Amino acid sequence: MSVSRFWRKIPQRYNLIGTQCTTCGRYFYPPRSLCPDCRRSGTIVEHQFRGEGTIVTYTVIRTASDLFEHTTPYVLAIVRLDEGPNLTAQVVCRPEEARIGMRVKSVFRRIAADGESGVIHYGTKFVPAE
Amino acid sequence: MRDVAVIGVGCTQFSEHWYTSFRNLFVEAGTLALEDAGVTGGEVDALYVGNMSAGRFVEQEHIGALIADYAGLATNHIPSTRVEAACASGGLAFRQAVIAVASGMEDVVVAAGVEKMTDVGTGVGVDTLAGAADREWEGFAGATFPGLYAMIANDYMHRYALTREQLAQVAVKNHENGAKNPIAQFRQQITIDTVLNSPMVADPLRLFDCSPITDGAAAVVVVPLERAREFTDTPVRVLASVQASDTIALHDRRDISTLDATVAAGRRALRQARLEHRDIDMLEVHDCFTIAEICAIEDLGFCAKGEAGRLTEEGVTALAGDLPVNTSGGLKACGHPVGATGIKQIYEIVTQIRGEAGKRQVDAEVGLAHNVGGTGATVVVHILGGC
Ligand SMILES: [Zn+2]
Repeated sequence: MSVSRFWRKIPQRYNLIGTQCTTCGRYFYPPRSLCPDCRRSGTIVEHQFRGEGTIVTYTVIRTASDLFEHTTPYVLAIVRLDEGPNLTAQVVCRPEEARIGMRVKSVFRRIAADGESGVIHYGTKFVPAE
Repeated sequence: MRDVAVIGVGCTQFSEHWYTSFRNLFVEAGTLALEDAGVTGGEVDALYVGNMSAGRFVEQEHIGALIADYAGLATNHIPSTRVEAACASGGLAFRQAVIAVASGMEDVVVAAGVEKMTDVGTGVGVDTLAGAADREWEGFAGATFPGLYAMIANDYMHRYALTREQLAQVAVKNHENGAKNPIAQFRQQITIDTVLNSPMVADPLRLFDCSPITDGAAAVVVVPLERAREFTDTPVRVLASVQASDTIALHDRRDISTLDATVAAGRRALRQARLEHRDIDMLEVHDCFTIAEICAIEDLGFCAKGEAGRLTEEGVTALAGDLPVNTSGGLKACGHPVGATGIKQIYEIVTQIRGEAGKRQVDAEVGLAHNVGGTGATVVVHILGGC
């Protein structure tokens, strides 16, 4: 991912800042600037998520793209944040530890290092919270 | 709106074409389709080509013009348009051709699909395919395409009684069919143990749960139904052409293991064709992974959620079963050159309806093609029938 494309979303990625539609109350992470339910009549504000959630489903990635190949195997999950929205993130745990329904909390971690540009991408991962 | 018919089909061998270029793959398929249709190049009014990512696979954009040029049609200055919806690009190209003819705007239209995937290494290939999902919010976290379908499989197996063996049987069945298809990439039969002993790619999906990396092209010719008999004695009518979308990211879906775009497209297609499920004799569904075929059969409404594994195990979806699924070998065994797959599905159904499918021939008058982009953000469904 290009450097500018990554930096643009740094606050959201580092701090789990998404958005909320105050018209209907729905939360969005990843952030959305248009509420799919209210569309133009929705008012969107930033929202800081608490970072606690539950694993909806997961997998263990054994073959990855070049950017992630050196970190395999890793646990990838869809996490439902307690506020409502789902996101895709890695869970820092042993593959056999992960399970559907597991409680997790967010942590700030290195996601990947781009060998070509030398840029290290940081962002949100999750760890078991049980 | 005019009724539309397919009058000719062509497909290259699906394989790793080390010695054939992107453009020559297309030329071969297009030539076969025009010969089959009895149409000369000069009669072609327009061209639609489905292609996911020539930009990354062969570093070539502007595919519409390139294809028209090497097909010898550039000097006729016909419109030639590339369409893209990831792995559903082929189905989308066919739909654009159908719309062009149905509208009355064009008469003789070629719909094609082409992908040349083996010029790049595995890492780049995996990353390119991951572009079919949400790059910023799935790919960035380390999601691969098999990884996303693995999360569908894990969710599905947590909620429904699908055994690992039933899932493997999807691949076994599709390899049986592929073994009878001369254009298939894999023509050897496999066993459940072959699948269960293959390397894990993304738990619970193993290598033999995944469709391969493939080079290939396919093309078909469509005309107004009223003109079809000028060209052929065996036209196949387009009974429905439907496209549906859903959220780009899997995590935003209402239900992780139901492809709502498949549900919507399937329903609309049956309504458009004025048919019911029992009228459909065969399916070509998008089995990019074994779990995808299970979901497709259910989400199209051919059985309840949670039942497709059992149907597969009982042989209902095999060649000799009541509802043959993926007689071509599917993406799994026939191969999956992503942009070409949707057109190959039309090729297979037309071949079956004409009774020209040889050893894999089934008794079919009406067939349904189901082509998926990404993890279900685009779904294209067509229903074809003899006339
Ligand atoms: Zn709203």
